[in-house]
Amino acid sequence: MAERASPLIVGAGPAGIRAAITLAAAGLRPSVIDEAHACGGQIYRQPLALDGRDDRARYGSDAAKASRLHRDFAALGTGVDYRPRSLLWNLGDGVADVLRDGVSQRLSYDGLILATGATDRVLPIPGWTLPGVFTLGGAQVALKAQGCAIGRRVVFAGSGPLLYLVAWQYVKAGVDVAAVLDSAPLSAKFNLLRALPLAPGIVLRGLRMAAELALRGTRVQLGVSGLRIEGEGRVARIVYRSASCEHAIACDGVGYGLNLRSETQAADLAGCAFRFDPRDRAHLPVRDVSGRSNVAGVYLAGDGAGIAGADAAEAAGERAALALLEDRGLPHDPPRADVLERALATIDRLRDALEAAFPFPSHWAAGLADDALLCRCEDISAGEARRAIGDFALTEMNRLKAVTRIGMGRCQGRMCGAAAAELLAAQTRREVGAVGRLRAQAPIKPIPLAAGLSVDERQHDPAH
Amino acid sequence: MTRRIDCDVAIVGGGLVGSSAALALRSMGFSVVLLDKGFCGAQASGVNYGGVRRQGRPPEQLPLSQRSHAIWPRLQQLIGIDGEFLRSGHLKLARSAADMASLEHYAADVAPFELDLELVGHNQLRERFGIAGDIVGGSFCPGDGHANPRLVATAFAAAAGRAGAEVLERTKVTGASRTFEGFALEAGDVAIKARAVINSAGAWADSFAAAFGEPVPLERTYPSMIVTEPLDPFLSVNIGIEGGGIYARQVTRGNVVVGGERAAPLADSDFSRPRSDGVLTIMQRASELFGPLRHAQAIRFWSGTEATMPDRNPVIGPSATTPGLIHAFGFSGAGFQIAPGVGEVLAELVRDGRTSTPIDAFSITRFSPASQPGDASQAAMTTGSKETSP
Repeated sequence: MAERASPLIVGAGPAGIRAAITLAAAGLRPSVIDEAHACGGQIYRQPLALDGRDDRARYGSDAAKASRLHRDFAALGTGVDYRPRSLLWNLGDGVADVLRDGVSQRLSYDGLILATGATDRVLPIPGWTLPGVFTLGGAQVALKAQGCAIGRRVVFAGSGPLLYLVAWQYVKAGVDVAAVLDSAPLSAKFNLLRALPLAPGIVLRGLRMAAELALRGTRVQLGVSGLRIEGEGRVARIVYRSASCEHAIACDGVGYGLNLRSETQAADLAGCAFRFDPRDRAHLPVRDVSGRSNVAGVYLAGDGAGIAGADAAEAAGERAALALLEDRGLPHDPPRADVLERALATIDRLRDALEAAFPFPSHWAAGLADDALLCRCEDISAGEARRAIGDFALTEMNRLKAVTRIGMGRCQGRMCGAAAAELLAAQTRREVGAVGRLRAQAPIKPIPLAAGLSVDERQHDPAH
Repeated sequence: MTRRIDCDVAIVGGGLVGSSAALALRSMGFSVVLLDKGFCGAQASGVNYGGVRRQGRPPEQLPLSQRSHAIWPRLQQLIGIDGEFLRSGHLKLARSAADMASLEHYAADVAPFELDLELVGHNQLRERFGIAGDIVGGSFCPGDGHANPRLVATAFAAAAGRAGAEVLERTKVTGASRTFEGFALEAGDVAIKARAVINSAGAWADSFAAAFGEPVPLERTYPSMIVTEPLDPFLSVNIGIEGGGIYARQVTRGNVVVGGERAAPLADSDFSRPRSDGVLTIMQRASELFGPLRHAQAIRFWSGTEATMPDRNPVIGPSATTPGLIHAFGFSGAGFQIAPGVGEVLAELVRDGRTSTPIDAFSITRFSPASQPGDASQAAMTTGSKETSP
């Protein structure tokens, strides 16, 4: 009998790392592909170059978790086939297409754990593409990985736990954080009481951060609306409404985001079924408590299959790996699986409470100005989208894409898709779950045409 | 509750053929119902390469193709948008002396149709069109061009709707039979009586034809395309290659669309995805041919489901078994340019029983010369079924 191919893990964040450790401990040698230069994912991202800061300075109260994951993964050594700086651009029938250093390679696998993570969820606001505006995650990466701030005087706006965390990290780093503008009203924050018994540490830490921000002179404003960013050529101020008054704050950097969205294209290409998830307001790949998808041999873990945070990602990565071991007929530690599932169930209840405390501003889409840019890559405004929806009686996302080009550019809808769905739903008076989802196609991210050239052909390139 | 509709013509399949027929029939005053199991223009009409080309078609297609040629520049007035139609010219390249000879033969063969083909040598290709690589020569058809497939069929259907056609999307025809007065169609909770029926169901047209006693050897093919990020303009013409390979065009926005190879169907053969090795081959050939593509990124791939006939000619014309039924399908990957003309021809067939444009070569009888007129009054069918012909 031929030897079975190794499992493939996509993503080396907390979910991918725990999955790799679990598989390696069982004697398998998984391949791990990851776009970053070093393991850790977004949350525990490592610096490109040593900058004199230690983990404590970089990751704050998460430093112990970050250090442990980095260390445990490094300890695997040759026990994993680790491929950093590698972009998965297509998947199918047990073969992954991976781009590394400009060359495309085919990688066979038997068993696939997708730990693809998340990106910021952004809904357009006027001025959101001005230089100086970053997503919350982007602002955090600048600080964490590169040790630089997005401005000298910065405002953070939007919603989600990350809003306060990033603002606090900036203050700690010595940046002038002028304001935190939270779209959720005070009433929503009472849901944190529900979260308190589930995760007292997390909730108290969040409250402490908010209090420290206020103490250090950052204006913390709840229930803001009508956000817009203004400036000639770059950010000069952010304007918002609160208690029916309009306010403006001068700043040269804005971090903005509305929680996170899952990176699901790989699951789509792997053939996973999707369902609409009301909490994330997104179509997500279907998985059971163990992380098994509806496709045999394909497992889902971490934020890529639904937003739940880094702790859940670690647990889900390990749980999915145990499922893979079980399905492969290897020892798989059922008691440990139970512990992990219980932990995940608790985090799931916590997520309900947190989502209620940082609710998505679902009224946003109806109020978006016609001249606001909706699709950055293809330069499509909200007004153009609305006109096409009317002219062609559009009710479905892929048709909206076909007619308007929304989601057809470099990002393939990863950035604008959620916003476009909200707009289409608002315009056609449907629930956002009823307008469908953009079907993923390869390439998951852009790849150079030269990836099709052989090494010899490349050397004949006159430009080199 | 079942909704009843009485109309002159029911059109099964809202691609570019069905949609343009709907619009032409409305302009003649017929009442029209246009049905699509999904969305109008979402299948082959909407996901093809976008070539608007007469050059390379067999002579028997050229009268129809010339008829369409006159329609393309009038899209703005006809459907309200220009469909990004560009009369860029179509340049077909020859990679060998033998290929060049066949381009020369073709030019001589189709001379009576006045395509104004111009044979171009190696040096001129470089000077006029910036074509690099091992190319012997080419044949240039200045009146051909390209357009945006995602927009044209969709806009034809929308225009037909504005002109009074009843457009029923997400409405799959689940039963059809010939009655004394015409046809009875069932589609979801809609029951339609129609005096004539047009079968323009593309890759799903074979089961409809078979239900009326006319099986055809239709096969599904899946093209594959890549699109680059927007680039500075470098490619002014629509490019094809004699003997196949790749085809390429650059849109006004700057993106370059390159097609070639075949995609692979998914488990549900209504859907397909480009194959990795296929797109890598396209990318390799494209970057060999066009210098600027060597440093470009591919941002998107796509595929679609096309209906291909063994002789690569479409089926257009009246059914041989069933009066009032007219077929128009199987455009074999080359339907986009010709479809608006086909729409006009179908409308003429409904109104007059004949058309001024020769279509004899496309008769369905070429696949079933001995077919028995079946008991069509009992025919019941399911479109979109898995019963594709071998």
